[in-house]
Amino acid sequence: MQLSGMGFGAMMLPNIPIVGNSVSPEALLEGGIDVALKKRLADAALNAAKSKGATYTDVRIGRYLRQFVITREDKVQNIVNTESYGVGVRVIANGCWGFAAVVDAKTEEDTARAAEEAVAIAKANARLMKQPVQLAPQKGYGEVSWKAPIERNSFEVPIKEKVDLLLGVNDAALKNGANYVNSVLFMVNEQKYFASSDGSYIDQDIHRIWPIFSVTTIDPKTGKFETRQALSAPVGMGYEYLQTNPKDKVTGITTRYNKGYDMLEDVISAAKQTKEKLAAKSVEAGKYDLVLDPSHLWLTIHESVGHPLELDRVLGYEANFAGTSFATLDKWQSKNFNYGSKEVNLFADKTQVGSLGAVGWDDEGVKTKQWDLVKEGTLVNYQAIRDQVHIIGEKESQGCCYADSWGSVQFQRMANVSLAAGKTPLSVSEMIKDVKKGIYIIGDGSFSIDQQRYNFQFGGQLYYEIKDGQIAGMLKDVAYQSNTQEFWNSCVKVCDERDYRLGGSFFDGKGQPQQVSAVSHGSSTARFNGVNVINTARKI
Amino acid sequence: MAVILTEAEAKALLQKVLSFSKADECEVNLLGEIRGNLRYARNEVSTSGAMTNKDISVQSSFGKKVGVASIDEFDDASLEKVVRRSEELARLAPENPEHVGVMEPQQYIKSNGYFESTASITPDKRAEAVAKSLELSSKQGLAAAGFLEDRKGFTAMMNSKGLFAYYKNTNVNFSLTVRTDDGTGSGYVAKGYNDFNKLDTAAATKIAVQKSLASKGAKALEPGKYTVILEPTAAAVLLESIFFGMDARSADEGRSFFSKPGGKTKLGEKIVDERVTFYSDPTHPDLPAAAWSGDGQPQAKTLWIDKGVVKNLSYSRFWAQKKGVKPVPNPNNMIMEGGTATLDEMIKSTKRGILVTKLWYIRPVDPQTLLLTGLTRDGTFYIEDGKIKYPIKNFRFNESPIIMLNNLETLGIPERVVSTESDQNYILPPMKIREFTFSSLSDAV
Repeated sequence: MQLSGMGFGAMMLPNIPIVGNSVSPEALLEGGIDVALKKRLADAALNAAKSKGATYTDVRIGRYLRQFVITREDKVQNIVNTESYGVGVRVIANGCWGFAAVVDAKTEEDTARAAEEAVAIAKANARLMKQPVQLAPQKGYGEVSWKAPIERNSFEVPIKEKVDLLLGVNDAALKNGANYVNSVLFMVNEQKYFASSDGSYIDQDIHRIWPIFSVTTIDPKTGKFETRQALSAPVGMGYEYLQTNPKDKVTGITTRYNKGYDMLEDVISAAKQTKEKLAAKSVEAGKYDLVLDPSHLWLTIHESVGHPLELDRVLGYEANFAGTSFATLDKWQSKNFNYGSKEVNLFADKTQVGSLGAVGWDDEGVKTKQWDLVKEGTLVNYQAIRDQVHIIGEKESQGCCYADSWGSVQFQRMANVSLAAGKTPLSVSEMIKDVKKGIYIIGDGSFSIDQQRYNFQFGGQLYYEIKDGQIAGMLKDVAYQSNTQEFWNSCVKVCDERDYRLGGSFFDGKGQPQQVSAVSHGSSTARFNGVNVINTARKI
Repeated sequence: MAVILTEAEAKALLQKVLSFSKADECEVNLLGEIRGNLRYARNEVSTSGAMTNKDISVQSSFGKKVGVASIDEFDDASLEKVVRRSEELARLAPENPEHVGVMEPQQYIKSNGYFESTASITPDKRAEAVAKSLELSSKQGLAAAGFLEDRKGFTAMMNSKGLFAYYKNTNVNFSLTVRTDDGTGSGYVAKGYNDFNKLDTAAATKIAVQKSLASKGAKALEPGKYTVILEPTAAAVLLESIFFGMDARSADEGRSFFSKPGGKTKLGEKIVDERVTFYSDPTHPDLPAAAWSGDGQPQAKTLWIDKGVVKNLSYSRFWAQKKGVKPVPNPNNMIMEGGTATLDEMIKSTKRGILVTKLWYIRPVDPQTLLLTGLTRDGTFYIEDGKIKYPIKNFRFNESPIIMLNNLETLGIPERVVSTESDQNYILPPMKIREFTFSSLSDAV
């Protein structure tokens, strides 16, 4: 589930829950705790848990840095630097999980105390267990490390450079006719240390960045307004994502971006497009062939493939909140469940360079990898972690365990789930040429799906009518509704790898207490035939 | 030092922080909290834990240049360091023309949201409360997945003009989904309280069990416009888009439902049925809240919609100054007035309609009309001639809460509910609405 970012006093830009404590910019460049000290702190917790009767323990020492630069029009509204540091200890005692976390744990006594509390919780809850936790074996890796391959650390870029970029973007939007513009640079650095009673001591350094804006234009006569959000993607990169390079641009009806994002160019298009949207034709409801750009399709993949193929959901562990799944074990066991058409190959991965999910090891010390979920339309696998993977007959975890903070317990989270590019050479213009009555959708918009992932409704940022192989102009008030299996079976073509791009979210929500996770979804433009489109305009 | 400070301890700590300040103005916010939870699924415990957290946040300003820094270590050297850091950041920051200085000392009304019963919860007490629930669902061969979470904490603030505020509270939320073994029935319940003694997990579980069994064997109805009875849990997630959207600046700027052409707003205008009134009130005995906002503004009883008319929009201190009006802080809670009808009476008076017990995955479709989409979940029932006839398959809806509150038939007796979208607690009545728009069917149970 993608969070909507609603709340009392929510910002104009969607999806930015701000968590953590604010700190000064120079604090973000301090190196954090020395690895040798982290090992000592972890060992204290491992030993304390063992002496209290834990049969398995893992310790996560986390320092989470975030920086937000928030602007509107000609003003910097806020520069927020947050740092969150603490230790979370997870144990199995009497066959039951227990977890405790302590803020600002810098001594061996602190981490030992967390370990003891985790054991106490496990023992108190063991009476509510029917079967002891069955953990897939995992070899220890000793002392190892992994660093995201970034070129320019966002936290080392001066604030002034970031402010100048955003105010330049805002100025361009206003000069091109927008009434309002909000823009934000959102940067994350997770410094994570993991140690377990299996003998792993893993130090990792992860970077993410997400530049976004929202442009609003109002028609003074009617009072109607239209917005257009940025076509950027959140990525597992450094500040180099904001370097523009012609080879990262996908030109066409509007320019889209791959590994480098031209924020200034995109906002100029956005300002012009909000005016076009105000004058666009309201869509006539009915069946259309949809041509979906990767900047849009990522969210449909996320909701209708990523979530239903999470094994914990399938088994019922998320029944009280995020829901269960239509993709039940019997469908997988049959080896012939038609998730989609033959064109549909979907895979999970935690390794793709530049993706949000990429790490060396997951949050329970499992080395990451890539694996198939749907092969030529047939359901072949799920996403599972150490305490559940035996249920699908696997001997080791798939390495997709994650906690969003030292203070949260790790659990199964979505890997990057992507639609493989088509194998036959096919460009977007060649795809559109064959469509008689269709809509070409760019960018993600409104989204909603049921708790078993059958029925969904999606909107977008830009809708173009396709008539007899030609783009015939812009539409508005568009949303499509479908059913997951029907939708993926209506997929007739996927463009080739030249068009493959990542989309994604920083804020995939799951679990109780709710945690967020950052995840990417790749695809090339794909065509879906005969999808039900509704008109969303209302009169009040 | 303890994580949960008393009012006197908080005051002393804040005074110490301010004593280090060399800025024109300084404002300090302080937080301490302890949280614990028990999560279960498939009739057994899954992941559970506890967390302690604390933070001190310092805002320093030199004219219109502002910096904020925070720290979670409370020794003297760290406190001085965090003040210096905020001052350095303020010197580096560009001027923010929208910055408004700190407030003069304020008087706050008293509100009590702290209960020892909740503050003293132990892992054993949590396990005991959940055991009572599991016993009932297991007995009937049903699969239970639930979550019990408690929090005790305090917030406090002080500024260089001498303003001081303190609020300590506790909270416990319990939610449960009970599914039939064959996966054809599902029922839900959620309860939120400040006082753990008010939580009866067994009584709550009976509601979810009843809905789960009653929702087995659902039939499909054609999508379309129906009279619906929304239980408060279902109403909450629709009304939130109004509660969260009452910002004067967005309305003045022409980019909200509350905007009107020509730069005007709907303030003072009747937008929904005259029986609709909602207000915030930090002293409400069933939904206490802090009597101050994060910047120190006092919270008092505030009418937002009165007899269908927009009475107030929230004005930040900057926007209020610009518009020459009094600032109105965002509310800390929300209460909707109701009627006298019980849910049973509302069903009895319905010729043909649908009882919606919960809604799910609510997202905005059009901010201009507040059009929302989402689905029914965990128990939807067809009503004919005043009786529940049979369970029905879930629907997707596309509806605006504004249109809905104009199509109001009856309001029932208000109760405290937990939003399944935001986890916020509200007091809301069940409501009967005519011509509610369902747009497609879902196979989900």
